[in-house]
Amino acid sequence: MSTTKEISIGDIGSRGAEASSKLDGDKMALNVGPSHPTTHGVLRLIMELDGDLIEKCEPVLGYLHRGDEKIAENMTYNQFVPYTDRLDYLAPLANNVAYALTVEKLTNIDIPPRCQAIRVLVCEMARISSHLLGMGVFGMDAGAWTPFMYTFTEREKLYTLFEELTGARFTTSYTRIGGVARDIPDGWLGRVESFVDQLPKAIAEVEKLLTRNRIFLDRTEGIGEISKEDALAYGLTGPNLRACGIDLDLRKDKPYSGYEQYEFDVPIGTRGDCYDRYLVRIEEVLQSIRIIKQVIKDFPTGAWYAEDAKKIFAPPKEKVLTSMEELIQNFMIVTEGPQIPAGEVYFEAENPKGALGFYIVSKGGGVPYRMKIRAPSFCNLSILEKLAPGHFLSDITVILGSLDFVMGECDR
Amino acid sequence: MIDEDFTKSLLQKHSYLTQQDSVDWVTFECVPEKLLSFVESLRDTEGFEILVDLTAIDHGEGADFRYSTVIHLYSLVQRGYLRIHSTCTDNDKPEMPSVSSIYPAANWHERETFDMFGIHFSDHPNLKRILMWDEYPHFPLRKDFPLAGIDTPLPADDVVEVTQASVEPAPMMGGPFVSSNSGSMSDSEPRAKDESWTEKKEKPV
Amino acid sequence: MGFACFKRLVRNKHMHMTASDVAYNGKVEGDVVVTRADAVINWIRQHSVWPMPMGLACCAIELMASAASRYDISRFGMEVMRFSPRQSDCMIVAGTVTYKMAEVVRRIYDQMGDPKWVVAMGACASTGGMYRSYSVMQGVDNIVPVDVYVSGCPPRPEALLDAMMKLQDKIGNESSVRNLRKTSAGAVK
Ligand code: SF4
Repeated sequence: MSTTKEISIGDIGSRGAEASSKLDGDKMALNVGPSHPTTHGVLRLIMELDGDLIEKCEPVLGYLHRGDEKIAENMTYNQFVPYTDRLDYLAPLANNVAYALTVEKLTNIDIPPRCQAIRVLVCEMARISSHLLGMGVFGMDAGAWTPFMYTFTEREKLYTLFEELTGARFTTSYTRIGGVARDIPDGWLGRVESFVDQLPKAIAEVEKLLTRNRIFLDRTEGIGEISKEDALAYGLTGPNLRACGIDLDLRKDKPYSGYEQYEFDVPIGTRGDCYDRYLVRIEEVLQSIRIIKQVIKDFPTGAWYAEDAKKIFAPPKEKVLTSMEELIQNFMIVTEGPQIPAGEVYFEAENPKGALGFYIVSKGGGVPYRMKIRAPSFCNLSILEKLAPGHFLSDITVILGSLDFVMGECDR
Repeated sequence: MIDEDFTKSLLQKHSYLTQQDSVDWVTFECVPEKLLSFVESLRDTEGFEILVDLTAIDHGEGADFRYSTVIHLYSLVQRGYLRIHSTCTDNDKPEMPSVSSIYPAANWHERETFDMFGIHFSDHPNLKRILMWDEYPHFPLRKDFPLAGIDTPLPADDVVEVTQASVEPAPMMGGPFVSSNSGSMSDSEPRAKDESWTEKKEKPV
Repeated sequence: MGFACFKRLVRNKHMHMTASDVAYNGKVEGDVVVTRADAVINWIRQHSVWPMPMGLACCAIELMASAASRYDISRFGMEVMRFSPRQSDCMIVAGTVTYKMAEVVRRIYDQMGDPKWVVAMGACASTGGMYRSYSVMQGVDNIVPVDVYVSGCPPRPEALLDAMMKLQDKIGNESSVRNLRKTSAGAVK
C-alpha cells in the first residue's frame, strides 16, 4: 500500500497563461489541451483572447513524439512497417503502402499488377475509413452526436474486412518491401464489394443529418476560410488543399501503383471553409467507392509479390517450409534486411489526410541511414497560427475538426 | 516539365549550383549564402509554389561537413519535385539561412530540424523546440545520440518530487530488435541492442 | 455482496419491533435491506464508473470503438465519458505516454476526485510497448498507480471491456469504509 501525495494543480494553467501577466486590460490567455476533447489527441493551444475573439493562437506539439525517425535508423526496412501503421492510425493501410512504395523506388523491382491492385484497393478502403471518422467526429465537434454513431457502424464493417485481410483491426502492417504480407483471402473481394454497395446509403443518412442542417451550416459555412495563396504557402495537402480550390491530387498528377488505370474525379472546393472541407471529404468517399468497384471488376491474377526480387522480398511461408533455397533466402532477408541500393529518394502518396512523404537516405544494406517522414497533419496544422486569429473561441472546435489531423503522424 | 533543358537553364542562371545524381528528382547542391535568393527565384519564376519538406542529414561524427539540409519543392505548373541540398560549413555551430520568410511552411519544419539536429536557422521568427520540451538538452537525431535516450530530468519539478520519475534510457534488452548496417552478418542481424542495461550490465545511475 | 445476518440485530426481545415486522411479511417488506456498508458503496461505485478517456494515441481509436455502436460500453454503465477530471473516477490511459505528456497525465490524475482508478490500455501505456526510444516513458506506472493493465497493441474493444469488468471486480472487493476513515489527505490504494 503506497500513498500518493497531492500536488498543486493550478500550475499548468499558470504556465499556459504565462503571457497573461503581460497582457493589459481585457485580454486573457487561454490554454486548451493537451488533453481536451476538441483537440483530437494531444495538441495544445495557447490562445490570447479579446473577449470571445481569438487574437493569437500558438499550437504546441510534441506530446506524442515517439521518435519514429530515430527508430527507423536502427531497423531493417521491413521491421519499420509496423511503425508506419501508427503514424496516421486512422488509415494505416495507406501508410503501409506509401512506405513500401518509397523503398521500392530505390530499387528497380517491378511490382506485379495483382499486388498493385491490392494496394490500390486497401488504400481506398483506408481513405474511406479515415474520412468516415473525419466526418463523424466533425459532426460531433459541431454538436451532432448521431452521425458519429452511423459512421462508426460503417467503420466497424471495414474493420472486419481489414481483420480478415491482415489479422488486425487497424494495426495492419500489411505491406512488405516488394509485395504484401499475404494474398487476399477467398471471397474477400465479394465482401468488399457488398460493403461498398451499401455504403452510399449510409453516407446519404449522414448527409441527411448534416449537409443541409441549419445549425451545422451556421457553424461551418464561412468559418475557417483559407485562401489559395495561404494554402500553398503553408504547404497544405490533401482534402484541406483541394477544398481551397486547388487541383492537386497525387493520384492524378503523379500516379503511382497503377492509379492511372482508374477513372475518378477529384472534388474541389470553392471557398476553402470548414463546410467545403466537409463536402470534399464526402465526395472523396464516393469517388473511392468508384475506384474500388473498378479495381474489383478487373482484378488481376498472377503473382502478388515481386518474385524476382530475391534479396528483397521474403518468400511466403509455404515455400519456406518446403524448399531449401527459399529457406535461405528468407533467412537472409530476416537477418540482414532487404538489400536496398544506396541513394536517396523522396516519395509522396496521396493519403486521406494529405501527402504522406518519406525521404530515405540509404547507404546500401538493410537499414536506412536516415528517414524523414513528411506528415501531412504536421503541415496542415501549421496554418493554425494564421487561421485562428479573428475567429470566435467556439469556432476553434469546428476548425480543428475540419482540418482532420492526427497527432500520431504530426508528432511522429 | 522538369527535364534536361530545365536543369540546364537553371544551372546557367545560377552559377553557384551543382547538380547531383539522384534516382528520382532533379537534385541541386546550393551554397548556403545563395539559398534564399535561389529558392525565391524558384518560387517566383519557375512556379515551385509548395515547399513540401525540409529536413537535415547528419553525416556522422567523422565527416568533414557533418550537417546538410534538404529541401523538397513541388511545382503545380511543372507537376514535379525538386530537391535542394545545402551543407552547413561549421560542424560545431551548424547554421543555415531560414527560408520561412519565403515559404511560411518552412517555419515548423525548421523548428523541427533545429529540435532534432541543433541546426540554427538564422532569421527564423520563432526558433525554439517544437517536439521535445524547451529545456531538453540534447538533439536526438544526431548520430551520436543513442536510440534509448540519455538520463535527463523531467521538466516538471513538482511531479518529479512526488513520483521520482525522470527521463531514463529505455531498456533495450527485451527488444525492439535493432539492426546495424555494418559488420559481419552475425553482428548486423536484428538483435536486442545494449544501449542501457542488460542482465550483465548494471542499470546506469 | 452479502446480506448480513439480519436476526442478530433483532435478537433482543425487548426491542419492540420483531424480525417479521421489518422483513418477511412485515409492513415495510421490500423497503429495507440490511447489508454491509462496503457492499453498498462498492456496488454503487462499481456500476457507475465514469471514465476519463485519456486518449493519447492509436489506442484511443479502439477506446472510441468500444464506446461506439458495436461494442457499446454503456452496457456496463460506463458510457459517461467525461473529459473533465473533476467529473470522472477512472482514467483510461489509452496510448503512448511520452515524457512531455507525463506531467500532464499526472496533473490530470491529481485533479480527479477520490476514489479513483487507472486502467493502462495497450502495450504503450503499460510498458512503453514497441516504442523503446528516447522520448517515450516506459509505462505510465512510473507516474500514476495503475489498477488494470490491458495487453495488446491496440487491445481489442472486447479486451478493454474485459478490463473494465475486472476493474469492477476490484472495486467490489475494496474496503471502502476503512479507506474513508483514513484521514490522510491523499488517496489510499
Ligand atoms: S499500444 Fe499500440 S495501438 Fe496502443 S498506443 Fe501503443 S502503439 Fe498505439
